Amino acid sequence: MPSLKDLKNRIESVKSTRKITKAMQMVAAAKLRRAQEAAEDSRPYTKRFNAVMAGLAASVGGSDSAPKLLRGTGSDQVHLLVVMTAERGLCGGFNSNIAKLARQKAAELKAAGKTVKVLTVGKKGRDALKRDLGSDFVGHVDLSDVKRIGYANAQAIAKDILTRFDAGEFDVATIFFSEFVNVVTQIPTAQQIIPASFEAEEGESSGAVYDYEPGEEQILADLLPRGVATQIFSGLLENGASEQGARMSAMDNATRNAGEMIDKLTIEFNRSRQAVITNELIEIISGAEAL
Amino acid sequence: MAQTMQFDLVSPERALASLQASAVQIPGAEGDMTAMPQHAPTITTLRPGVLKVESPEGNSEYLVTGGFAEIAGDSLSVLAERAIPMAEMTRDQMNALIEEAREMYKTAKEEDQPHGLVEDAAKLLADMEALGTHMSL
Repeated sequence: MPSLKDLKNRIESVKSTRKITKAMQMVAAAKLRRAQEAAEDSRPYTKRFNAVMAGLAASVGGSDSAPKLLRGTGSDQVHLLVVMTAERGLCGGFNSNIAKLARQKAAELKAAGKTVKVLTVGKKGRDALKRDLGSDFVGHVDLSDVKRIGYANAQAIAKDILTRFDAGEFDVATIFFSEFVNVVTQIPTAQQIIPASFEAEEGESSGAVYDYEPGEEQILADLLPRGVATQIFSGLLENGASEQGARMSAMDNATRNAGEMIDKLTIEFNRSRQAVITNELIEIISGAEAL
Repeated sequence: MAQTMQFDLVSPERALASLQASAVQIPGAEGDMTAMPQHAPTITTLRPGVLKVESPEGNSEYLVTGGFAEIAGDSLSVLAERAIPMAEMTRDQMNALIEEAREMYKTAKEEDQPHGLVEDAAKLLADMEALGTHMSL
């Protein structure tokens, strides 16, 4: 049976924990709003970009002269998994869900006899995958000192990936990120970026025949690397919103748990305080009776 | 009343403009061109330059650095890699952009990258410098 003083101390410490988780929840809520706005701002660009690319890819894609980024290298032996996670923890299952999906995919590919290479973006994913896939790591991108994800960050990652592709280091690249649905739901997603696949939105194609200036293939060759950057950028933004959403609900749960714990401890504290008082009374009464 | 078309300018980070325009001058990769309503459907890539928008409400200018434009008769979308309203542009920013282009050219040359990246970077640098002088800030 813990003493009254011990109980008091525990209640105090849980109370300060609750204060911290509450503050983190509120910070995450504020950041979430910003992250969500950023993700929404980028959507028109991504949508139009994909629509144009889908049109272009459809008209050029079949030919042999199509760029490698679209056509692929003709084999699918070596896979590059780009695992994008957060730089910080304390956000529920966010990081581990992405890592789990990546691990699963890697196991599948390995079972099929493919070679797997892993590029991690974000410290937490790296830590989570180190044990299982540590020997397959080819690189790591650190975004811990980036306050606000910009297109330039995505471009840098895309450049790294494209350089590796040009050097023939891999045939297929897939990015892993968490798609933001709402605060309580984030879906870990795998998306293939090389060779590129573009899906036109329903009813988007106007059916108009475009003039291309310069030629179709040149435009395609110019835009495909940008497409990689765009997809990474939207993945990063989705991730940003998901991270804050996951942290917000995780911290909300933690705050509630702390509250319950405080209630329980307070009841225990009151009971033992009463027990002490009753004890003292009994002692006094029996002392008086003895006289 | 002058005819107008829907004009959208978006960059990956935000949508900058969405308005009715009567004419838009685009810095295309193969030369400037002006798109007006009922222009033939065209897709062109952009070089760094100034995008001039004429609309019934007044004219506006944006600095764009690469990307592409999609012209479709009654609408025009410009997807710029980076777009900055001319009014917010300062000499320092311009210098930073030129410096960035110069840096890119240097690394491209040193690493001797394939696919004519060196020429691309050189062209980008030249475009940026020309733009800087043109703006005469």
